[in-house]
Amino acid sequence: MAKVIEGLYYAESHEYVRVEGEYGYIGITDYAQDQLGNVVYVDMPEVDDEVTAGEEFGAVESVKAASDLFSPVSGTVVEVNEALEDEPELINKDAFANWIIKVELSDKSELDKLMDAAAYEAICK
Amino acid sequence: MMEKDMQTAKHSTPLLREGQGGGVAFKYFPHTADDIQQMLDVIGVRSLDELYAEIPEEIKLHRELNLPSEKSEEEVRSIIQGLAAQNKPLTCFAGAGSYDHYTPSVVPFIASRSEFSTSYTPYQAEISQGTLQYIFEYQTLMADLTSMDISNASMYDGTTATAEAMMMCVAAAKKRNRVLISQTIQPAVLAVCKTYARFHGIDLVEVPEKDGLMDKEAACQLIEADDVAGLIVGQPNRYGLIEDFTGMADLCHEHKALLAINTMASALAVLKTPGEWGADIACGDAQSLGIPMGYGGPYIGYLCTKEALVRKMPGRLVGATTDADGRRTFVLTMQAREQHIRREKATSNICTAQGFMCLYVACYLSLMGPKGMHEVNEQSYASAHYLHDELLKTGKFEKVFDAPFLNEFTLRYKGDAKKLRETLAEEGYLLGVPTLYKPDCLTIASTERRTKQEIDNMVDIIKDLKI
Amino acid sequence: MNKTYYSKLIFELSRPGRVGYSLPKNEFEGYSLVQLGATQSRQTKTLLPECDELTVVRHYTNMSNNNFGVDTGFYPLGSCTMKYNPKLNEELCQLPGFNIHPMTPAKYAQGSLKLYDEVQKTLAEIAGLSRFTLNPYAGAHGELTGLMVIRQYHMSRGDVARTKIIVPDSAHGTNPASAAVCGLQIVEVKSLADGTVDVEALKPLLGPDIAGMMMTNPNTLGLFETKIPEIARLVHECGGLMYYDGANLNPMLGVCRPGDMGFDVMHINLHKTFSTPHGGGGPGSGPVGVRKGLEEFLPNPKPLSNSPEGEGLYLRCEESSLGYISFFLGNFGIIIRAYAYLLSLGKENIPMAGKLSVLNANYIKESLRSHYELPIDTVCKHEFVFDGLREEYGGDHHSPEHVTTLDVAKRLLDYGFHAPTIYFPLLFHEALMIEPTETESKETLDDFIAVMKKIAEEAKADPQLLKTAPHDTPVRRMDDVKAVKEPKFTFKAL
Repeated sequence: MAKVIEGLYYAESHEYVRVEGEYGYIGITDYAQDQLGNVVYVDMPEVDDEVTAGEEFGAVESVKAASDLFSPVSGTVVEVNEALEDEPELINKDAFANWIIKVELSDKSELDKLMDAAAYEAICK
Repeated sequence: MMEKDMQTAKHSTPLLREGQGGGVAFKYFPHTADDIQQMLDVIGVRSLDELYAEIPEEIKLHRELNLPSEKSEEEVRSIIQGLAAQNKPLTCFAGAGSYDHYTPSVVPFIASRSEFSTSYTPYQAEISQGTLQYIFEYQTLMADLTSMDISNASMYDGTTATAEAMMMCVAAAKKRNRVLISQTIQPAVLAVCKTYARFHGIDLVEVPEKDGLMDKEAACQLIEADDVAGLIVGQPNRYGLIEDFTGMADLCHEHKALLAINTMASALAVLKTPGEWGADIACGDAQSLGIPMGYGGPYIGYLCTKEALVRKMPGRLVGATTDADGRRTFVLTMQAREQHIRREKATSNICTAQGFMCLYVACYLSLMGPKGMHEVNEQSYASAHYLHDELLKTGKFEKVFDAPFLNEFTLRYKGDAKKLRETLAEEGYLLGVPTLYKPDCLTIASTERRTKQEIDNMVDIIKDLKI
Repeated sequence: MNKTYYSKLIFELSRPGRVGYSLPKNEFEGYSLVQLGATQSRQTKTLLPECDELTVVRHYTNMSNNNFGVDTGFYPLGSCTMKYNPKLNEELCQLPGFNIHPMTPAKYAQGSLKLYDEVQKTLAEIAGLSRFTLNPYAGAHGELTGLMVIRQYHMSRGDVARTKIIVPDSAHGTNPASAAVCGLQIVEVKSLADGTVDVEALKPLLGPDIAGMMMTNPNTLGLFETKIPEIARLVHECGGLMYYDGANLNPMLGVCRPGDMGFDVMHINLHKTFSTPHGGGGPGSGPVGVRKGLEEFLPNPKPLSNSPEGEGLYLRCEESSLGYISFFLGNFGIIIRAYAYLLSLGKENIPMAGKLSVLNANYIKESLRSHYELPIDTVCKHEFVFDGLREEYGGDHHSPEHVTTLDVAKRLLDYGFHAPTIYFPLLFHEALMIEPTETESKETLDDFIAVMKKIAEEAKADPQLLKTAPHDTPVRRMDDVKAVKEPKFTFKAL
C-alpha cells in the first residue's frame, strides 16, 4: 500500500507540496513512483524558471513509461534537486524525502485548492 | 424483401473457387476446403461472409473489385519487366541529393537475407539480436563519420531527417520558435522543411546566399537577435560548393541556438565533419553510401547528435546492455521519448526503424573501410574536376562561382541550358539538374563510376552541338 | 533459428590493411583531394572497420542466425500484419531498368511513372477513394501527410479555426503524435465498455474548431465500428473530415471500403496490407488516398497523365498542394513490390486475403478462450485481444505474483513463435494482441494453440518457468533499466 504523509498538500496529478515558510518543495507521491516503476530520468526546469499551477514543469521517466509533472502551485524555482540527475532512483527509495524542485510561492491561496492527506488517500484507492 | 436482398448480396462473390484441392487454391493461401469448414465449425458460423455479419449492409461492397484477374508468376514478371523496359537509364552526371555510386555485390546479397528482411522492429530482443546488432553498428558508424556522440536509426531520408532536426531545435529551445535555414541547402531539403515548419508552427527564416554560399553576415545578424532556436546549413551546398562554417557554432551557442549541419554522407569521410565544426546535430541522406538511386527511394536519413540531447532525439535507438546470463546484448532503449508511450508529447511521430537500409549502410561501410571511403571520394573528386575543366575547355560554359567543390559543381551554359540537357538525354546522358532560379545554369555531379571515356564521349558531343 | 549467440561486432573483426572492395584505377591525373585546404578537410581519423569480403559475409550471415522473421516462423504480432513476403516481388524490384536517377526527365522514366499510376489507381479502387499519392515513406508519415491534407483543405477555405482533431482513447500512440507534428491539438473521445467509440461522448466534442476525426476500422481491438456511418455523418455535419488509419485495412479488402464507410482521407501501409517486407522496421510505404475534391491538396510532385508536352505521364507541382513531404516519389522500390503483389492476387484473391485473415483470427480466439481472458466476446476481424491468462491459470491481476502477459510472451519464444503485441491497446492491464494473417496454415495455428495452452498449464504448475523465460533463445531476458541508466549507443562507448 502506498504511503501518504500528513501535513502535505496533494494534487490530483499525484504531485505533493511540502510548505516551509515562503517556499514549497514539490515532488511526486509514493503512489505515483509505485505506478511508474523504476525511475530512470527526471527532466527538471532550471533555477529562476517560473512555474504555474496546473502547468507542466518537467517529466519523470521510467523504462517503459513517462509522466509529465504538473506544478500544484505557482512560483519561481529557487532550487532543483541535483541529486536526482545522477540517482533518479532515489524517487523510488523515498518519494517524499526526494523532492524535485523548491519553489518560492507566489500565491499561497492556491494551496487551498489542493487535497489533504485523507482526501488524497481516498483517490488512490 | 430485405432478407432476400441480403441473401443475394452474400452470394455475389463466390466464397470458394474451384481449385484442385477444393480450397481457395492460391499460392499464398494454405487453406483447403476442409480446413475452412473445420475452422468455421469451431467458430460456430456457417460461412466466411457470416464473419462480417455485423457490418451494415449499406456500406458493404456488393460487387467485385474493378481490377484485373489474378496473374501467374510469369505474367507478373512480364508486365513489370515491360515497365522497366520503358525506362531509359541514362549515364548519370546528376546529383542534387542522389548519387550514382558503386555498390559491392555483397551488400544487396546480405541485405536480402530473409532472416533480416522479414522481421519487424526488434521488440522481442531475445530473438532479434541480429537486427539490434547491425543497428548498433550502424549507429556507431554514423556517429563516427559525423564526429558526433550518438545516432538514431529511424529516418526515412535526408529531407525528413532535416525536418526532424528542425523540430528538435525548437523542442530543445523550449521557448523559441524561430529556426534559420540556409537558402543554399539542397532545394528538396528546403522544400520539405518549409512544409513541416508551416504545419508544425515553426517560423522558418531563410538565410540568403552570397556568391553561391550562405551569407554568413546575414546569418550572424539573425542569430544575434536572440530569438533563434537553431540554424540549419547544408554541405556541400545546392551548387555543390563547400561552405566554410568557421565561427558559426560558437556564435550559435553564445546565443543559445543549436547548429544543425546537413552533409551528403559519403563526403563525411573526407570533408570537415559536423562534429569538427562544433555542430549540435548532424543530419542528411545516406543514399551516397552505396544505396541505388532507385528513382528516389528507399533511402535512409541519418540524424546524429550530442549525448546531452538524447532525450530530444526522435526515432529508435539501440543500446547495449546485458542479459540474465551476463552476456553483452542489445535492446531498443530510451523508449519513453517515443510515440507509443508519449503519444502527442513524443519527440516525433516516427515509428520506423529503417532497419533494412541501416544494414545496407553498415555492410557497405564495413566493406569499404577507411581506405575505400577515401578512394571513392578521391575518384569522385577527380572525375568531377576533370569534367568541370573539360566542359570549360569547350568554350560553351563559364564559371559562376569560385568556391571549392567536391564532386558536384554549377556552370553557366552560354546557349540554351534546357535544350542542351534534353539533347544529351537523347544521346543517353543525364547532364546534371537544372539549377533552381538560374535557368541558364546546370548543377552537375560525377562519381567514381564515371569513366574518362564516358566523359570524353559526352564532351565530344557537346563540342559539336549548335545550341 | 540458431540457439548459439553470435555476439561479435564488425569493429572487433577489423585488422589494419584489409579491404573488402575493389575500385578501378584512378584515370584522372592532376586532381587530388589534397587540393582542398585544411579548413575544408576532415581532421580526425574514422574508426571504420578494415575487413576482407568473406569476413564481412560470415559476420552478417552469423548475425542473421540470431534473428527471427516471417520466413523463420509464425509471427502473430497484433496490428502489424506480418504476412508472407513473396519472393517474386524481391526479384522484380531489383530490375536494372528501375535504377534511375530521380531527376531523369519524365520522357525517360515512363515505365516507373506508369507503375506509380497503376498502383495509385488500384489503391483508389480498393479504398473507394478518388486518388492516391505514394510519396509518404511510412504509415506514420502517411498519417502526417493525410492530416496535412485535412488542414490544407480547411485553410484553402479560409476556415482557419479548425485546429483540433478527435482521436479515440484506444488509438495507437502514433495518431496523436502525428497530429501534434501537424500542429493539431488532440481531443480524446472515450470508448464504450465494448471498445468501440461512444457516439454520445463524441457529440459534445463536435464544433467549429474540429478539423476532423482519426479512426481505424476495425479498431485496435479488432472490432468493426458498426456506428461508423453515423459517426461520419456527425463529423461531416460539423464541418470536419474523417481520417482512416489503414493499419487495420487487411480484413476489409473487397468487403467494405473506407470510402464507403464515410472516410475522406486515409493511408495504407504497403508493408502490412500489401506484403512488402517489414525489413527490421523499415523502409515501409504509406500511400495517402483522398475523396474526390481533395486531390489538389496532395503533396508535390504529382505524376499525372496527359502530359501537356505530348503523350504519357509527367510530373507536376501544384500551388494548391500542401507542399513537399519527401525527396521525390516516396519509397519507389517498395511500391514496385506492392504492385507485383496486387497483380498476383487480382480481384479474386484480394478479398480472399481479408476473409481468411478473419477466419484465422477467430479460430485462434475461440480455441484459446478457455485458457486466456477474453474481455470482449464477439466476432473479431483480423485480430483480437486477450487480457492475459485466465484467473485459474495464474492470471489474476490483483495477485502480486500473477503470471503476466510479458511472461507468456517470453515463454512463447522458447517454443519457436514470435510473441504477439503486448500491453497494447492500453484499455486492458495485460493486453495480448494476436493477429495471425491469411498466409498461415491451419497446422501452424493448431501448433500455436497447443503451445499457448501448454504455457497456460505451465503458468499454473510452475510460474517460475515463465517468469525466467525465455530459456532456449540465443540470449536471455535483457536488463532494460541498465540500458537506459548506463546508456551506450556506440562501440566506442562500450
